[in-house]
Amino acid sequence: MSIAVQFHQVSRHYDSVRAVDDISLEIAEGEFFSMLGPSGSGKTTSLRLIAGFEQPTSGSIRIFGQEAAGLPPNLRAVNTVFQDYALFPHMNVLDNVAYGLMLKGVPKSERHRRAEEMLELVKLGQYGSRRPSALSGGQRQRVALARALTLQPRVLLLDEPLGALDLKLREQMQTELKSLQRQLGITFVFVTHDQGEAMSMSDRVAVFNKGRIEQVAAPQVLYNQPATAFVADFVGAANVFDGPLAATLAGLEQPFAVRPERIRPAGQLDGDVVRVPGKLLDIQYLGAVSRYEVEVLGEKVVSMVLPNEHDTQAAPAVIGSAITLAWQRQAMLPLAG
Amino acid sequence: MMTASLPVTPAAPALGLWQRLGVALYRRPGLQLGLLLGLPLLWFLVVYIGSLATLLAQSFFTFDDFTMEVSRELTLANYRQLLQPANFDVVLRTLLMASAVSLASAVLAFPLAYYMVRYARGWKKGFFYVAVMLPMWASYIVKVYAWTVLLAKDGMVYWAYQHLGLGGVMDWLMTLPLLGGNSLTTSHLGRFAVFTYIWLPFMILPVQAALERVPANLLQASSDLGANGAQTFRHVILPLAFPGVVAGSIFTFSLTLGDYIIPQIIGPSGLFIGSMVYTMQGSIGNMPLAAAFTVVPVVIIALYLTGARKLGAFDAL
Amino acid sequence: MHSDQDRAPLWLRLLAYGGIGFLFLPIAVIIIYAFNAESAGYSFPPKGFTLAWFPAAFARNDVMQAIGLSLQLALLATVLALVLGTLAAAALYRREFFGKDAITMMLILPIALPGIITGIALLSAFRLADIPSGFWTIAVGHATFCVVVIYNNVVARFRRLSYSLVEASQDLGADMFQTFRYVVLPQIATALLAGGMLAFALSFDEIIVTTFTAGNEVTLPIWMLNQLTRPRDVPITNVVAMTVMLITALPILAAYYLTRGTEDTAGSGK
Repeated sequence: MSIAVQFHQVSRHYDSVRAVDDISLEIAEGEFFSMLGPSGSGKTTSLRLIAGFEQPTSGSIRIFGQEAAGLPPNLRAVNTVFQDYALFPHMNVLDNVAYGLMLKGVPKSERHRRAEEMLELVKLGQYGSRRPSALSGGQRQRVALARALTLQPRVLLLDEPLGALDLKLREQMQTELKSLQRQLGITFVFVTHDQGEAMSMSDRVAVFNKGRIEQVAAPQVLYNQPATAFVADFVGAANVFDGPLAATLAGLEQPFAVRPERIRPAGQLDGDVVRVPGKLLDIQYLGAVSRYEVEVLGEKVVSMVLPNEHDTQAAPAVIGSAITLAWQRQAMLPLAG
Repeated sequence: MMTASLPVTPAAPALGLWQRLGVALYRRPGLQLGLLLGLPLLWFLVVYIGSLATLLAQSFFTFDDFTMEVSRELTLANYRQLLQPANFDVVLRTLLMASAVSLASAVLAFPLAYYMVRYARGWKKGFFYVAVMLPMWASYIVKVYAWTVLLAKDGMVYWAYQHLGLGGVMDWLMTLPLLGGNSLTTSHLGRFAVFTYIWLPFMILPVQAALERVPANLLQASSDLGANGAQTFRHVILPLAFPGVVAGSIFTFSLTLGDYIIPQIIGPSGLFIGSMVYTMQGSIGNMPLAAAFTVVPVVIIALYLTGARKLGAFDAL
Repeated sequence: MHSDQDRAPLWLRLLAYGGIGFLFLPIAVIIIYAFNAESAGYSFPPKGFTLAWFPAAFARNDVMQAIGLSLQLALLATVLALVLGTLAAAALYRREFFGKDAITMMLILPIALPGIITGIALLSAFRLADIPSGFWTIAVGHATFCVVVIYNNVVARFRRLSYSLVEASQDLGADMFQTFRYVVLPQIATALLAGGMLAFALSFDEIIVTTFTAGNEVTLPIWMLNQLTRPRDVPITNVVAMTVMLITALPILAAYYLTRGTEDTAGSGK
């Protein structure tokens, strides 16, 4: 499998701000690759570096082996779905989708036919003559997708394309995007701040923090073997223990994390387990599960998540009462110090 | 949802000349800026800043009173001449008029702007806006001409006050030293009225903009705290609208200061800064003194702007 | 700041509508007197209604030449200002660099400083460079103070334009020229039109800078000014005054309606 996009020691600085700070990264052809991170972490800047809207301060960006740094966006074989869709308001939907073909000099009937096909692909066959302003948010999103795919890019860049949609529509689009990508077989680079979204769709995820990449891995690996405390906390919830706390609890030099669902009341576990006495601070009922906030060693608040279909009689339900927590030694995820 | 498949496009082909230009511009944002800004910047530097510089340079040239010719010998004589009492009178007369016009404009503009913002709704709001904007942009020279028609002997204004039985009052006004003159057209009062009329819209719009920004809940808060209408006006609305008044006065003041056509057509003899400059370069041909004279309004306006900035007028523009 | 329920007190309404009346009084006078039967003088009430002065005015060579000259000048100044103002707007919006504020200030200066300074400065420079006054010197002066009108309108429109439209166009393969032609230009067209009309009106009735740069050329406002200082043809002047007002008022109204309901700046200050 060849490499679609390669970052080699890429940095993008604005005055004193390091938006992207010495990133190296490889995205394989045909991969659904997500860039995940909080706002300001450098994920969007990285995407814009691939598209060519930003230029690296230093480093090299290769797209299918060809150096892209210094190449303007119109000469790059990648296309973008914008966060605000960026549909041209003065053109109808069909002309929006056919825009790239128009620039290439494709005759009108031919480009309209191909644009129609693209609209069919995103289930908007009937909407060609409408103005973008006459469409719903979800429909605009599909038009933006069709427009970006019309030129048959080998890499499709998606900048938080689902951010403005409501939850139901979002979940539906996630499914559709994933199957579209599988069907077309092209590389998707997907920027999001929503870890659930990244996990559910991606082959691999890069977790961004402060302009750097904390970890690049498949979703299962990110969850089960987070490399850093940031990843453990950002990808799913985690109780991170470090410094003296790690030493006191488990006799470890290194920080570690324990997922809330791996923690149980002490009575429910035996074998090689770590036990910690604490005080119940709060219980949050979340439907299928409940979350228990427990203060241990008088300083650290630990989350424990218990499924609700199990009888919770073993756990004390009185807030303020004493409780001893426990987890299996193999549930501890070692983190980089 | 999908059944199509996409063929793969080949890698980038060799670049044409036009594309290479695009690449060059992409790599050098400074070059992009230069291409866009080059022409306007060159125009303004050469035509405008260049002209201002030659004007300034001319103010140091020597004018020979006998031969009526300008030589490029540098001198400060023109600036010394500015300080002569006769010239000082010109400056004072202009300043007095500019201040009076600004004050009158503010007094006339405030109720109008206040009504526009507070009470005009729907189509009325648009009507008032157009009704202020249209006279502002309408031809200056035509408006001045209209006033000579209005103020003429047997004209509309005379007709009006004769029919209102105010003839005596007008005759008395014309005898007053700072207001009067032989007739309305040649009186200080007439000139003042025309100036005020011409620059009034330039006061209304900034005041209106400033009032527009006073939040409605501030007025409610004020009346909740027990203020009556007059108190709210005095302690809440007036201070918040004041920067708008100052902003408007920048226009009325500076425009009056530089005008030379109204003083020439309406009002008694007696030069203004503008007419002084015009006469010096025109009929006398003393460009150096005219140039030195233009420095006066620039300095006054600069001082005025400094003061206005302190009063927050620039936020209201 | 507004209130929905209460009605303005009578005195305030009187002052407001009185103010509007004051602003329109001279305009009404111009319209009335253009149809006045009297052949000399400005007596009120008018002596009778006639349309006779219109054909008389438009049969006059000096009047028609002045109208023609002013139209040509306004057109040329507007085109120059459109090019310069749009370039400046494209260069200055979305960019921060050293000296940007100074450049913005420089664009505004020809309108911020009294016209007499711009006028005499241009005159002194033309004289020094031995450029004879005439059509082109007037046009250069007019274009210079019209640039800011275009600049303001276009920059205001740029600010409302999502920059991702430009990026989307590039992304789909458009070079800079194509992006301008297919995306930017359609988006700023009405702003250009509105700004252009304001610039046209501004140039058409400009007098202060013109008197300095005109030499022996007689634009329509200069023709008016000559009539004001040496009145000879009162009824002809009345008709010309109304014509000037119409030629400037119509584009201004059009510009207002083009940019209405947007935050664009057409007409919000000279």
